[in-house]
Amino acid sequence: MPIFEVAGKQYEVDEDGFLENPEIWNQDVACDFASSEGVTELTESHWKVINYLRSYYLQFGIAPMIRKLCKETGFKLNEIYVMFPSGPAKGACKLAGLPKPTGCV
Amino acid sequence: MADNGKRKTKLLDQLESGPWPSFVTEIKKASESSPVCDDLLGQLELSYEEKQGHWKHGGIVGVLGYGGGVIGRYSDVGDRFPNVAHFHTIRVNQPSGWFYSSEAIRTLCDIWERHGSGLTNMHGSTGDIIFLGTKTSELEPIFKELTEAGFDLGGSGSCMRTPSCCLGPARCEWACYDTMKLCYDVTMAYQDEMHRPPFPYKFKLKAAGCPNDCVASIARADLSIIGTWKDDIRQDDAAVAEYAAQGLDIRKDVCDRCPTRCMDWDGQKLTIANRECVRCMHCINVMPKALRPGVEKGATILIGSKAPIVQGALLSSVLVPFVPAEELLETLQELIKRLWEFWDENGKNRERIGELIQRVGMAGFLDAIGLDPVPEMISAPRDNPYIFFQAETEEK
Repeated sequence: MPIFEVAGKQYEVDEDGFLENPEIWNQDVACDFASSEGVTELTESHWKVINYLRSYYLQFGIAPMIRKLCKETGFKLNEIYVMFPSGPAKGACKLAGLPKPTGCV
Repeated sequence: MADNGKRKTKLLDQLESGPWPSFVTEIKKASESSPVCDDLLGQLELSYEEKQGHWKHGGIVGVLGYGGGVIGRYSDVGDRFPNVAHFHTIRVNQPSGWFYSSEAIRTLCDIWERHGSGLTNMHGSTGDIIFLGTKTSELEPIFKELTEAGFDLGGSGSCMRTPSCCLGPARCEWACYDTMKLCYDVTMAYQDEMHRPPFPYKFKLKAAGCPNDCVASIARADLSIIGTWKDDIRQDDAAVAEYAAQGLDIRKDVCDRCPTRCMDWDGQKLTIANRECVRCMHCINVMPKALRPGVEKGATILIGSKAPIVQGALLSSVLVPFVPAEELLETLQELIKRLWEFWDENGKNRERIGELIQRVGMAGFLDAIGLDPVPEMISAPRDNPYIFFQAETEEK
C-alpha cells in the first residue's frame, strides 16, 4: 500500500494517490492533499466544490456527474479546472476524500 | 531464461507462427533496447498461462489543465514485473487524414523513446496516435515536449473524442467535401469539450468523404458525416463502352449488384434511374473511369452508432439528409449545440446519445432538437399497425 507523506503525517492511498479509507477524511486532509494536485491555496470556492462532493458522496456513495457538480455549485467546468488544475475527477474528488471515481477510457 | 538472456515466452511465440505481422515479434525487437518491453512480454505470457488479464481496471492520471488524454494502467503483478508496474497510455491528436512528414514521426518517436516504452500504436481506433506504456512521473515532461513540437493530447473519458476523417480530397477523387478541413475545424472549435470531459459519456465524430465511408463512421461515430451528392451520377458513355470492350460484364457485375436495381445495360448504353439511386457507390467503384459522383456535393449527417457496452451495437441513422459542402461546418455547429444540450439534460451516466434516442424515441428526440421528421430518416415504411395518430396531426 503506497503511503502519502506530508507535514509529518502519513496517509494510506491507492496507486493514484486517492485516500484508501474515505472515512478518515476531515478538512485537514483536504489541506494536506492540496499541494499534490497543484492547488496552492484552498479558497471559499474550493470548499464549496469539496463540500458538495463530500455531501453527495456521503448521501449516494458515488461521485456526482460533472453536469450536476457544475449546476449545483454554480461553477462552469473551466472554472473548476482553474481551481483544480488536475480536474474535478482527479483533483477535486481526491481533496474531498472520495475513493477513485470509476472512470472509463 | 532462454539462452539469449531473454525470458521464455512459449505461448506468445505461437503468435509469431502465422503468416501475418505479429505484435509479439515487434515487442521482442523493441525489448533489445527497452527493459519495459521485456517485462511486458513476461506479464503477457503469464496472462496466457493463467488465462487471466493482469492490468488493473482504470487508473486516474493526467496532466494539469486537462481531464483526458492519458489512460492510467497499473499491473497487479508489479512486484514480478516492476518495469510495467505503471504502464499508462497516452493519446496524441493525429493530423487530419494521418499525413506526416518523416521528421514529424521521428520527433514523436524520439520523445516517446526518451520518456516511455517506445511502443506505439499507429493508430488507435479513435484515430489518435497511441503511446503505450509510461510512468506517472513522465507525463508532464512528455506533454511539455509534445506541445513544444506542435502536438496536443487527444480525448479520453466522457468527452468529445478526437475527431477523425478519411484522407478525403488529398488523395481521393470521390470526396464530396473537404474532410480534412472539416476535421481540423471541428477539432479546433471543440478544444474545451475534448480536453475537459463534460458529458454523460463519450461522443465521437468521424467525417467520411463519400458513401464508401473508409473511416467506418456509420458504425463507430455518435455523429457520422458522410459525403454524398444530390444530382445525377456523372456518366461517360465512351468509358462505359471501353469497360464492356475490356470484358467487364456490366449486367452481372454492375446492374445486378445495384441494391435498388436502378441501372440498366442493353449491351450498348447504360441507363441510370437516378431517382432510385441510394448512393451505395458500387457502380462507381467498379467503373471509376466511367462513373463519378454528381456535381452538387455535400454530406449526410447521421447519428447514434456505438459498439456494445451498456446496450448492443448500433449503426448511425440519418438525421440531416443533405447539407451542401459549403454550409457543413456551420450546420454541424448548430446541430451539435442542440444535441449536447438535449443529451446533457436527459442522458444518464454512461448513456451514449444513440441509446438515449432509443430510450426517449426518435419523435421525442427530433422534437427536442427542433428538427422535422423527413422520409430519409427511415429505411422502410412502417409495418407496425399499432401506431395511433394524435388529434392535432389528423387535423393537419
